[in-house]
Amino acid sequence: MSDQMLTVLVWRGTADKGRYIEYKVRGLENHTVLDVVTYIQRYLEPTLSYRFSCRVGMCGSCAMTVNGKPRWTCRSSVSKVAPGGKLKIAPLRSMKIIKDLSVEMSEFFDKLARAEGRFHPTSNRQNDFNHVKPDSVKRRLASDGIECIGCGICYASCDLVAWKSNYLGPAALNRAWTLVNDVRDGAHRKRLNAVAGDAGCHACHSQQGCVESCPKNLNPTASIAGLKRVTAIAVLKGELD
Amino acid sequence: MNDLDGASNPAIETKLWLAQRISAVILALMVFVHLGTIMYAVRDGLTAAEIIDRVGGHLGWALFYGLFVAALAVHAPIGIRAILAEITALPRKRIDLLCFMAAVLIAYLGYRVVRDFYALGSIA
Repeated sequence: MSDQMLTVLVWRGTADKGRYIEYKVRGLENHTVLDVVTYIQRYLEPTLSYRFSCRVGMCGSCAMTVNGKPRWTCRSSVSKVAPGGKLKIAPLRSMKIIKDLSVEMSEFFDKLARAEGRFHPTSNRQNDFNHVKPDSVKRRLASDGIECIGCGICYASCDLVAWKSNYLGPAALNRAWTLVNDVRDGAHRKRLNAVAGDAGCHACHSQQGCVESCPKNLNPTASIAGLKRVTAIAVLKGELD
Repeated sequence: MNDLDGASNPAIETKLWLAQRISAVILALMVFVHLGTIMYAVRDGLTAAEIIDRVGGHLGWALFYGLFVAALAVHAPIGIRAILAEITALPRKRIDLLCFMAAVLIAYLGYRVVRDFYALGSIA
């Protein structure tokens, strides 16, 4: 894409009251979607609300819906996601809109806690180091899901989250799976009880919208399938309440 | 939906999931045999007499379709239960009751067909 005028539709307002407003922005070859939103806020619409922090794909704060798909805007090049020069930017789905492109994410993070996404240590500084072999099966399974940046893109892309608001969602269940495979963690049973059930892993349809959209190329569906396996074994052993 | 509808029971939900997966495996194998038999049986056209001749009074087929019906009565209502919980605002207990009734209905109707076909063998 050579430099061109971009037609950018941006959601302004809240979920109840809002609409798309059109802006014209001169797009450069190396522009990201976040660059475009930042340009609009700095030069065209100072009251535009949006969220970002690191700009390099680490913090997970700049996720928005771009041309219908949830994306990390700081690493989404305009030339790739909108080759025709037309951008439609909306807040993430399944989250309450605070204003414009900023969404309320507390429900998303509460669900990480509800899925026992917290590490429960079994040793303290008096103990020797835990020795976890890098090539052990559990360490590898944990590593497969560990790079989540909590951007909420998988959550917004999940149809089940949209249909069933108490569903824990791909990010929380993926986090739980990494801890299920953490041999140092001491809350195995408690966590399996937290993720089993109709708001947890068993509700997942394996549609893989999360896999499709995860900017870190993680596979939350595989993590959820892992949880289904271990909870099934746990229930046969009588370990679920 | 059904956010404030009480916490679900992890053990029961997991058992239901397991029951649905196991019944799915049984059904997958049986549907294969079922469809294979149909394709074989209709090669010269299809008549009621031919079906009764094959299935009627045959204990093997009665047991086969008896298990088929049982697997279906387990599998389908659990799936319907999940769908109803997702797309309707019905209370959880109401959904459970409806799905239990669906299970009983499927089992009863299926059992009647298997029983009657088996009984037809003594007439033929």
